[in-house]
Amino acid sequence: MGEWWTTVPIESSLGNFDISSISHATMSPSKQNNLLSMYSSLSLSKSSYSVISAFCTEDNIPQCISYINQELASLGLSSTCIEASSPGAAGLNPVPALNATYELLQIHRRTMCSLEELEREQLKKSSTLEHVQMNNSRLKDQLELSIREKSGLHEMERQLQLKIKTLQSCLKTEKDEVQKLQNIIASRASQYSHDAKRKERETAKLKERLSQLLVDRKDKKLAIDVLNCLGRSDGKRSHWKTAKAAASHEGEMYKSLLSDYEASQRSLMLENAELKKVLQQMKKEMIHVLSPRQPSIRGATADDSQEQADSDLEDRAGDSSRGSLDKSCEHAREQLTNSIRQQWRKLRNHMERLDSQASQVQNQLESNKDVISRETHEDEMERMRREVQQCKEFIDAQQQLLQQQLNTSFDDETAALLNDCYTLEEKERLKEEWRLFEEQKRNFERERTNFTEAAIRLGREKKAFEEDRASWLKNQFLNMTPFTDRRRCSSSDGQSALSIRSEPEMRMSSSKVQLPKSSTYTSFSTPKPAPSATVPSTTELYRTLRLIPDPSSTRHSSHGRWHESSTIEDGESQVKAKSRLRCGDLSIFSLGEDENSLT
Amino acid sequence: MNFSEVFKQSNQLCKVSPDGKYLATCVQYRLVVRDVSTLQILQLYTCLDQISHMDWSSDSLFILCAMYKRGLVQVWSLEQPDWHCKIDEGSIGLVSSRWSPDGRHILNTTEFHLRVTVWSLCTKAVSYIKYPKACSKGIDFSRDGCYMALAERRDCKDYVSVFVCDDWHLLRHFETETQDLAGLEWSPNGCVLAVWDSCLEYKVLLYSLDGRLLSTYSAYEWSLGVKSVTWSPSSQFLAIGSYDEKVRILNHITWKKITQFEHPSTINNTKAVSVCKRSSICLITYCQFLLLPAPDEICPLPVQIPVVKPDPDRANPKIGISSLAFSADGRYLATKNDNMASVAWVWDMQKMNLVAVLEHTSAVKCFQWDPKHPRLALCTGNAKLYLWSPAGCVSVQVPAEGGFQVQSLSWHCTGDSLILLGKEQLCLCYMETEQEDK
Repeated sequence: MGEWWTTVPIESSLGNFDISSISHATMSPSKQNNLLSMYSSLSLSKSSYSVISAFCTEDNIPQCISYINQELASLGLSSTCIEASSPGAAGLNPVPALNATYELLQIHRRTMCSLEELEREQLKKSSTLEHVQMNNSRLKDQLELSIREKSGLHEMERQLQLKIKTLQSCLKTEKDEVQKLQNIIASRASQYSHDAKRKERETAKLKERLSQLLVDRKDKKLAIDVLNCLGRSDGKRSHWKTAKAAASHEGEMYKSLLSDYEASQRSLMLENAELKKVLQQMKKEMIHVLSPRQPSIRGATADDSQEQADSDLEDRAGDSSRGSLDKSCEHAREQLTNSIRQQWRKLRNHMERLDSQASQVQNQLESNKDVISRETHEDEMERMRREVQQCKEFIDAQQQLLQQQLNTSFDDETAALLNDCYTLEEKERLKEEWRLFEEQKRNFERERTNFTEAAIRLGREKKAFEEDRASWLKNQFLNMTPFTDRRRCSSSDGQSALSIRSEPEMRMSSSKVQLPKSSTYTSFSTPKPAPSATVPSTTELYRTLRLIPDPSSTRHSSHGRWHESSTIEDGESQVKAKSRLRCGDLSIFSLGEDENSLT
Repeated sequence: MNFSEVFKQSNQLCKVSPDGKYLATCVQYRLVVRDVSTLQILQLYTCLDQISHMDWSSDSLFILCAMYKRGLVQVWSLEQPDWHCKIDEGSIGLVSSRWSPDGRHILNTTEFHLRVTVWSLCTKAVSYIKYPKACSKGIDFSRDGCYMALAERRDCKDYVSVFVCDDWHLLRHFETETQDLAGLEWSPNGCVLAVWDSCLEYKVLLYSLDGRLLSTYSAYEWSLGVKSVTWSPSSQFLAIGSYDEKVRILNHITWKKITQFEHPSTINNTKAVSVCKRSSICLITYCQFLLLPAPDEICPLPVQIPVVKPDPDRANPKIGISSLAFSADGRYLATKNDNMASVAWVWDMQKMNLVAVLEHTSAVKCFQWDPKHPRLALCTGNAKLYLWSPAGCVSVQVPAEGGFQVQSLSWHCTGDSLILLGKEQLCLCYMETEQEDK
């Protein structure tokens, strides 16, 4: 090998070097080349190289060629056959050799590709394998776990079964115990009762003996010591005990029993009658309730015949029940109860029908209501939204204002503005007040006119009254003279102040007051002239009567009159005015009252 | 409300005569008879020994004083103070003595219940009734005084004998279907006899006057049974109180249960129940009881009632309805449950429901209905008198010196006054009715 190496540099020291360097730079990184270049550049003593290098030598070229040809043929590349360039010469025919190398290279590349693919596949496979293995291990774990669980459950079951067994045995023993105890109790009870009986017998015997002994001993102490015997409480003598007495006792007893039974029977009868009455009434009411509505309910189509039958039945039932009340025999009672039952059934059906109808109606209503409610709901929503909007705006405005105030609280301008606002508000308020005041003023004005009117009326009245008084005084004066009676008669007939005195009695008989008198009265005393044309009705009469002041006010008026009489005619106008005013007051008041009563 | 002064008494022996005119009290061996209205002593009798029992005859003319220790009975006449009568039962002993309804016979039960001796004050005659049963309520007279029912025991069987009180003629004698008869009671109309078994068995039997068995009632088995039985005044209802803390009401037509009143330890959903707690509130005297609203606490519902758990190992456990009482008009029923001893229950018999629960600080000793009005008087062994009426309830301090503790009470037959019995004293409590005011 050292030989080869030595020969190559010797053969083409420069060119080979160049080629090798070129091949090193440009050739595809085929392994062999690579290796070759590497080996060429690296160590000189490599055994493998020496083997390869031993394959072909100058001497064995044909062998090598044939061998390679064989190899190529075995690889299926028989078409290209490397031949020596010339038999016996050491050169190669380059075309087939190159073809063969190309083929080999192709093959090599393909195999490389497939190798790569295989490698990849292998990688994939390995990864899946890994996954599967992992899965497997997981499953194994699970299996183990479940197995463990299973064993645990088994254990538990076993324990439970054990427990059950012990409990069962316990139960059995308990049962046995109970049985035993029951037996014991029973035996004890029997023993006890037996003993008790025995003891009781013994005590009875002892008692017997004791009483015997006591009787035998002739107990002297046993005695009654009474000063003198008493009479019976009922005053009767005591009876001898005879059979007759016994019989009478029996009779008495049975009598009392009988009376008691009779009493109880009577009360029961009464109760029964009461109940029957209630039943009857109920039935009647049921019929009443059912009958008028039946046609409307039943729709009056197919049920006519049945209705007829029903009504027949009702009639019969009514008859029978009436009979039952009279006879109170079994049959009648049965009929009564039957009819009641029928009625009840009918009523129930009716009720059910009504119920269903009602529910239907309600459903309809509800559906209607739904629609309506939706509309209203929407309306409401709209309204609310608007309101909310308004509120928001309002709040915004307020906020702004607040902000302004805060920002420029010391700002004179805004202060002025604010002041302006306040003054505006104040102004508005004042305006409002002014308006109110105006209204009040107007009211006052109206009242004043009323007053003046009343005063005028009063003045007129006063005048009339003065005239009357003058006439009366005249009469009085004239009455001083003889022919008093006639004068007085006439005066009382005529309108005068005297009529005032008749007021109470007039009021008393207000409802049936004579017409002329009342008319005179009204014309005389009312500040407002009575409706003269028409005949006054009772209400009007009332009104007029009410207009006359009460006894107190009459007194007042008399007082006033007294004043007037005491003072000179043209005396203090103040007093007069006062009285007038008061009269006016009163009249107004009574009028108002009257209105109240009228309305 | 007014209170009389306090008088002495012994053994809680103090009774108003049936006509309501006299008040008899026993002080050691003396018998004092007072006028009820003036409380002045009318008569004073001296007996031979300390009196252990005292009773008025039905006509209010005689008073019986029994001295059980000496087997002696002394009878005193109110009209003839020097008349006297002494009955000596001799060595046979005496455990109980009572008047017959006619007031001319005295029935003495001898020791060991050997016999019942019937002494006649008219003829000095004596007759014996053998084999009386030693039980809590073995003798009962019918309300009209015609008949006497007597429980007997012969050959380990229970019998009932019905006697005519007029001449002690044996009217009926019949065996009862009881294991161990504990008591019997006539219905107020005298036609039905209720008989009940001892507490070991719940059994109530109803017999007609002629000895026919009308009905048998048993609510349950295997548990302690009947504890108390009472007829309603109209004989319509029979109330049975039992150890299961319930009262069962039977009707008089079918003798079946109409309803049962339970005594729950918590009262919650009942509608018209007023629970009155008598804590410390006390009404000053001189008030108008009938017109008063309840000054006591009316508790908001639900109310928890103190319950004492009885000892199950001891005989006669303190549980169950021990006392039952109908009001005079039969409208209300008052009950007491022994394991809620501080509470009295009032039930409405028309609506068949609970009306009031009266809770006290200590155990109710005694309660009694006014014989005229629907009002209930209670005492709990302290110095207060408690009254309940449908209008409300009041508690009144007894204004007596030295701690008068009301142990027992009884109404005067007119319902105008109450006799309050302390340990050694008694005093009268006058109800001021509206009529008196007017």
